[in-house]
Amino acid sequence: MSRIDVCVAACADLFLGAGEILASPMGLIPQLGAKLARLTAEPDLLMSDGEAYLLGENGIEGWLPYRKVFDVVAGGRRHVVMGANQLDRFGNQNISCIGDHDKPTRQLLGFRGAPGNTVNHRTSYWVPKHSKRIFVPQVDVVSGVGHDRGFHHVHRVVTNLCVLDFATPDGSMRLVSTHPGVTVEEVLDNTGFPLQTDQVGTTREPSPQELELIDKLDPDHARD
Amino acid sequence: MRDKRMSAAEVAAELSDGMTVGIGGWGSRRKPMALVRAILDSPVRDLTVVSYGGPDVGLLCAAGKVRRLVFGFVSLDSIAYDPWFQRVRQQGGIEVSEYDEGMFYSGLLAASHRLPFLPIRAGLGSDVMRVNPELKTVRSPYDDEELVAMPALNLDVALVHLNRADRHGNGQYLGPDPYFDDLFCLAAKRRFLSCERIVDTSELDGPPQSLLTNRMMVDGVVETPNGAHFTSCVPDYGRDEKFQRHYAKSAADEELWPSFVDQFLSRGETGYQLAVQGLSS
Repeated sequence: MSRIDVCVAACADLFLGAGEILASPMGLIPQLGAKLARLTAEPDLLMSDGEAYLLGENGIEGWLPYRKVFDVVAGGRRHVVMGANQLDRFGNQNISCIGDHDKPTRQLLGFRGAPGNTVNHRTSYWVPKHSKRIFVPQVDVVSGVGHDRGFHHVHRVVTNLCVLDFATPDGSMRLVSTHPGVTVEEVLDNTGFPLQTDQVGTTREPSPQELELIDKLDPDHARD
Repeated sequence: MRDKRMSAAEVAAELSDGMTVGIGGWGSRRKPMALVRAILDSPVRDLTVVSYGGPDVGLLCAAGKVRRLVFGFVSLDSIAYDPWFQRVRQQGGIEVSEYDEGMFYSGLLAASHRLPFLPIRAGLGSDVMRVNPELKTVRSPYDDEELVAMPALNLDVALVHLNRADRHGNGQYLGPDPYFDDLFCLAAKRRFLSCERIVDTSELDGPPQSLLTNRMMVDGVVETPNGAHFTSCVPDYGRDEKFQRHYAKSAADEELWPSFVDQFLSRGETGYQLAVQGLSS
């Protein structure tokens, strides 16, 4: 088993208890996670092909062009896993630009749907390379809204090192578990703000059955 | 019934300096690129461009046509960022109104319905409010909930590209997603539709739901085969990934860009399509 399989299982666990909602995982690892969840604990999840179709077990089961995605966002039956160029301790996320918004040092994608996602439904983040460049004391532009700004739907952050959540009295980030072989120090050394570390566990390893499913979902190991 | 056929150059000539131009499609998908290329060849400038941005934005920025961009994102999809858009932003070369993409949709819908604004939750708590200080909120008269009052995105001109149309402006998309092209047309004073092929009305076969624009939504129809290139126009063709990589590489390097312009953007649409054929063979 590799570290990345642990990350896939941790992404699958984001959807525990989700039921019949739209899972919108951005990026390969969250996608594998959502598919794994649907094959195991959460068979009722809906997923799109990234274009205009809902794909069920036996192919197309529905039509969801971009404009109808906005209906789902506003209706709230969705859990998105987004990426982040910057993320602060309250879960504020930046995918817009680095530096001054009038004249950025680096232009990124733009707000995309992050402001709407985070005020309407559950949001998690996937960070493939946990570093101080991403986990910053303060984001330059708030695209996705965090817990200190009056919204409470940021669920978890899964990174290549650990799983984080916001289950603290002030809604700031807490280290839930480190992946097998990763120390708490390693996480802290790569995070640009203090983390609550009272009860840190070890991220679960995927079961043999889950590993088999992950291999079936990604036979060419694009995840590695 | 009116015959609305015209050329891409005639569409470009309808634009004047300072106009607000909405461009249909989404990212690097079904963009009216032949119409964009015609604008590159025209003297028009200082445009406010309203777009779910892809290479349309990059090319117009490269040619210095854009004064302000109204957007939720600019992306080439299979390549995350458009290098030209990044460059002009990082030089502070354009003004921007950057919104959440759902707010953008509400703005188009408000304009389509001739409403001054539509309420939406998106934007609350985020820096959308900080970087657009003119944005206001409203209180629900029913339960006092605070909502963003997304202003109408009123357009002078809309440019969209579909798979088929008749000469009257009845337009048809054959791919899986209408994007927002009908809303762009409804939000604009003057509406121009390019398409892969102009056919007789009776030949617009396929499900009637695929007829996205009707003729009262369109003022001009342009037949531009391969006119969304290098963005996708399924099922007629997918995105030309090889060409897009070539564009992105050239756009990222100021020394390479002049030869891209020389090879592809200096001999009109016919020259462009010939050069594209030459590159792929």
